[in-house]
Amino acid sequence: MITFTIEDRDGTRQALEIPEGINLSLMEVLKASDYNILATCGGMALCATCHVQVLEGLEALPPAQDTELDMLDTLPNADSDSRLACQIRVNESLEGAIFAIRGEDQ
Amino acid sequence: MITTDICIIGAGPVGLFAVFEAGLLKMRCHLIDALPQVGGQLSEIYPQKPIYDIPGYPEVKAQTLVDNLMDQIAPFKPGFTLGERVEALEKQDDGSYVITTNEGTAVQCQVVVIAGGLGCFEPRKPEITNLEQFEGKGVAYMVKNPELFRDRRVVLAGGGDSALDWTIFLADIAQEVTLIHRSDSFRGAPDSAEKVVELARQGRIKLLLQSNITSIHGNGHLKEVSVTAKDKSVQILAADHLIPLFGLTPKLGPIADWGLHIDKSAISVNTVDYSTNVERIYAIGDINTYPGKLKLILCGFHEAALMCQSAFHYVYPNQKLSFKYTTVNGVPTF
Ligand SMILES: Cc1cc2nc3c(=O)[nH]c(=O)nc-3n(C[C@H](O)[C@H](O)[C@H](O)COP(=O)(O)OP(=O)(O)OC[C@H]3O[C@@H](n4cnc5c(N)ncnc54)[C@H](O)[C@@H]3O)c2cc1C
Ligand code: FES
Repeated sequence: MITFTIEDRDGTRQALEIPEGINLSLMEVLKASDYNILATCGGMALCATCHVQVLEGLEALPPAQDTELDMLDTLPNADSDSRLACQIRVNESLEGAIFAIRGEDQ
Repeated sequence: MITTDICIIGAGPVGLFAVFEAGLLKMRCHLIDALPQVGGQLSEIYPQKPIYDIPGYPEVKAQTLVDNLMDQIAPFKPGFTLGERVEALEKQDDGSYVITTNEGTAVQCQVVVIAGGLGCFEPRKPEITNLEQFEGKGVAYMVKNPELFRDRRVVLAGGGDSALDWTIFLADIAQEVTLIHRSDSFRGAPDSAEKVVELARQGRIKLLLQSNITSIHGNGHLKEVSVTAKDKSVQILAADHLIPLFGLTPKLGPIADWGLHIDKSAISVNTVDYSTNVERIYAIGDINTYPGKLKLILCGFHEAALMCQSAFHYVYPNQKLSFKYTTVNGVPTF
């Protein structure tokens, strides 16, 4: 199991336990867990509506690629700990991480 | 006032194809879109992406599909009002509607078709507490008329192509141009980025990297912008104009207030003809919802065809509609 924590827009935190080896992005896991995120482009790094802030565990994640950085630049509220949830694969690198949902709601 | 048979709100693929289906039944259409160009999500979000699930096209680029739809509907000579957002809708005594936009354009029609997709694309706004207070009083999210900035002090924010392009353009017009960007590298076109860096080196513009606008001040009109750098140092810039350029994001907008049944930001419809709970108003494409709804272009096209068969009765109340394939007569126009 991979365990990480999600902080919703109102500050409430919840731990998510995800089996290893599932081929999903963090955005897909958030949607499946009924978090309110738009994800307009369905995970193509084209809309930036799946913005998350990595409160803990940023260094362990694979670095953002150019397409992700391009999209993050369109967000006025992005910071150096910002990522697109659709570009983060759910695997061991997420263990113990804390993500705050920052994207627009539906 | 513009008069037409069907007023279509939204010139995305589904709104465009509705013109074709309406045209076959000799109904005229006028389309209104908040974006300056037609094509909806296809042109705004993914113009260069290939689409694989349009029948008859093993692969087609989103923008090519939009261009082809425009060719397909050209014979029906639809009217367009682009760059204006539909704000209000008012029922007339004879059952028709008058639709008005934020710029005051009015369209009278027998039938309203909402093909608004995910809603209006609106500018992404930075989180500055009193930003909206200064909208139209120094703060603008697009450059409509560059002459407005002649000999003024302009601050731009953003790191994409439009922020770079307008910085370069306004460098020749404005008295002072400052570009503020949160990162230390630009993701826009490399030659535009180079030009901006060169302009800064020559002292023709001011470039503040790894910085964010944290507050704005003024008295009736914008006067100052405070910028906080990554090292937490703050500087105050005198500014007549602030132009945040962070792209667009869809918002349901005014449609939410029209008394239509809305379920999770989508309009509930009857799948017999995609009519809403209000007579003479239909909703097709991504904006509608019903059991089994799929947000696909193909499904929106189907909905457009059925909608037109039903709308015909309002446009031609005394005529009986008999269904004909286009293969019978070709594409008869007006
Ligand atoms: C990245 C991506 C890839 C996709 N790939 C596919 C695919 O491969 N196949 C597929 O079938 N679908 C795909 N889709 C979905 C497809 O784009 C949508 O189903 C389609 O765009 C819906 O068309 P529409 O005309 O209903 O709405 P939209 O394309 O959203 O157009 C609606 C228009 O209405 C305007 N509008 C809204 N409200 C107002 C108002 N009040 N006043 C004025 N104008 C208004 C908006 O500005 C917009 O231009 C994809 C979507 C995305 C984001
Ligand atoms: S879902 Fe669109 S960028 Fe992540």
